[in-house]
Amino acid sequence: MTIAVPERHLLPVPPGHPHDRGGKAQPMLIVQNLRKFFPIHGGILNRKVAEVKAVDNVSFSVQKGETLGVVGESGCGKSTLARLLMHLMPSDQGTLVFDGDPVDEPRGISLRDLRRNMQMVFQDSYSSLNPRLPILESIAYGPSVHGVKRADAKAKARDLLEKVGLKPDLFAGRYPHELSGGQKQRVNIARALALGPRMLILDEAVSALDKSVEAQVLNLLGYLKRHFNLTYMFISHDLHVVQYVSDRVLVMYLGQVVEIGPVKQIYEAPKHPYTMALLKSRLIIDPDTRIEIPPLVGDPPNPINPPSGCRFRTRCPYAEAICAERAPSLGNATYARDEHLAACHITNPIAGHSMAGQTLQALDGEDIVKRATEAH
Amino acid sequence: MPNVYQLGKTPMTAQSPLVEVKDLTVNFVSREANVRAVNGVSFDVMPGEVLCIIGESGSGKSVTMRSLMRLHPKARTVIKGQMRVADYDIMALSDREMNSVRGSTISMVFQEPMTALDPVYTIGEQIAETVMRHEKCSEDVAMQRALELLQMVKVPSPERRLKAYPHELSGGLRQRAMMAVALSCRPQLLLADEPTTALDATVQIQVLIVLRKLQEEFGMGVIFVTHDLGVAAQIADKVAVMYAGRIIEYGSVRDMLLSPRHPYTLGLMASTVHGQTRDTDIDAIPGSPPDMRDLPPGCSFAPRCKLADAACSAAFPDPIDHGNGHMTRCFKTSEQTSAEVTTHIA
Repeated sequence: MTIAVPERHLLPVPPGHPHDRGGKAQPMLIVQNLRKFFPIHGGILNRKVAEVKAVDNVSFSVQKGETLGVVGESGCGKSTLARLLMHLMPSDQGTLVFDGDPVDEPRGISLRDLRRNMQMVFQDSYSSLNPRLPILESIAYGPSVHGVKRADAKAKARDLLEKVGLKPDLFAGRYPHELSGGQKQRVNIARALALGPRMLILDEAVSALDKSVEAQVLNLLGYLKRHFNLTYMFISHDLHVVQYVSDRVLVMYLGQVVEIGPVKQIYEAPKHPYTMALLKSRLIIDPDTRIEIPPLVGDPPNPINPPSGCRFRTRCPYAEAICAERAPSLGNATYARDEHLAACHITNPIAGHSMAGQTLQALDGEDIVKRATEAH
Repeated sequence: MPNVYQLGKTPMTAQSPLVEVKDLTVNFVSREANVRAVNGVSFDVMPGEVLCIIGESGSGKSVTMRSLMRLHPKARTVIKGQMRVADYDIMALSDREMNSVRGSTISMVFQEPMTALDPVYTIGEQIAETVMRHEKCSEDVAMQRALELLQMVKVPSPERRLKAYPHELSGGLRQRAMMAVALSCRPQLLLADEPTTALDATVQIQVLIVLRKLQEEFGMGVIFVTHDLGVAAQIADKVAVMYAGRIIEYGSVRDMLLSPRHPYTLGLMASTVHGQTRDTDIDAIPGSPPDMRDLPPGCSFAPRCKLADAACSAAFPDPIDHGNGHMTRCFKTSEQTSAEVTTHIA
């Protein structure tokens, strides 16, 4: 049983979408000061005793036609961020602008329209499909809710199945449990595309797949992006995959953006010590270069009570007194296009850090290791 | 009471393998189907050697390892072949003997520590339980040992963690606690079933380094199951690649990762994303693994293989030795040199 992507269906479409409103330079999505704290209740009166600061003052933008990779350890707020963007949960604070239109505001676009334009693919391919619907029905469900005739919706669904590399005659009537993991993820992608969205949020969409299947799905995502002229936000903890798919990369740590910039600059010259450590933790397929000393010690701190000042300072080899006093600022990430920004005092010459103005590459690699061992 | 295994005539010496598996087959039988999970697997592990078994989900790597611990449900599993670990013939042991072997001679670390640890006991109690069970010592002595073990796996502030419940620990600490349980009786063989897969990259490398250090210190044999070639590069001495319940390539970690020969191993390397050029497609293996209920005759990889011809679907190839213990089971690697196969695949 071969699942090859049928090339003939993937004729390129001219750039520019009929629904393009803001023009080329308008970012697809602008996120400003987004915040979500989850309250923790306790005590006899069940009052709020603490908050999990899942997403804290996050700003960035996604350009049209680009792939923005989002990386970070588990619990850093990547998935909460994705859910806030889709309005699957209400945010505490913050504004979203989709292609020039504010979201869920009187003069902007409605949530219904936002969800038609922006769709999401989740990590767990099985639990995101209805086990009691054949996959064709699952894919056709969205369009029929949005007022497309049932027959048209089904025809569209068959077309999409073909496009994601599943033969409609063979697969249309099957139930999710009759498919393999890779096939289910293809169905999820087809379903996300059923409403003709302009942007896809892929939340660890390939993480649960085997390597050979992961490669197939990544190739498929590449074809679909070119064919439908899509914009991706690609959330993953796999740094190799993010490097392969992304145009720009956003690094999160404990609910905050610590670094954002073009993929080449982030991977070749990271400015934030956390990004540096993440990149050094990548495993290289070479038995001769074994990592002897871990680039980072310990687990991320508890987001209920994050460290004062810079949140990374407890694990940072360069932390100084200033890092505990003041939180470093990322700069204006909302409208950043190709700028490479990092929230670290070292990058700011006037912040008062003793190593301010130096690049992490200039500080010797051996030195980092020595500091890390001394610090712990 | 040791049930001395008499496979060959050579007596147990330091040079004889710690683990010998010969022609292991495992079938899961139910009313609907007969799943042939493992089909004739043979391998040895020397004392102090780390063998990495690499394969995709459903390739039989975990099933092979669980057979060594006899963890499969008896009623529905048919196991054939021979397995020897240290002085024990695994197939011939009684259930009572097997219980005393588990945790002392052979122990295991699982992928998901939250389900493997008991949520109602503290970490200290769980480590001490294993120590008391196998070494028949008092609780105080066992608790002292638990503390040492937590220090050994580099858990920060171990006195406090001893009294912690599993849900109070982070994923990385839980995995270390489970390693402490597994190492509590100084096993000769440690079975590790994807122990770092669920961890973050920064934590994964910490756990791998601790595991490698302890393995060298104890001189344990380790069988490490993973699907990540990068993990294998970090820890393995020998690598075995499994596909559809068979070992299709085996060799030293250098041979396997730097000059693999089997088309499946080459395909796996090509489809693993590590620094490929952007905007070009990854060289993915087409298709999906075979249905283990209905395996094709001949080479199981033939339906997905670019080099396959009629002979490949007719019979399963015999092992071919390429020197230095590097073995493949593929008709095509015998006809061609590695370089030629590589160019075909790429």
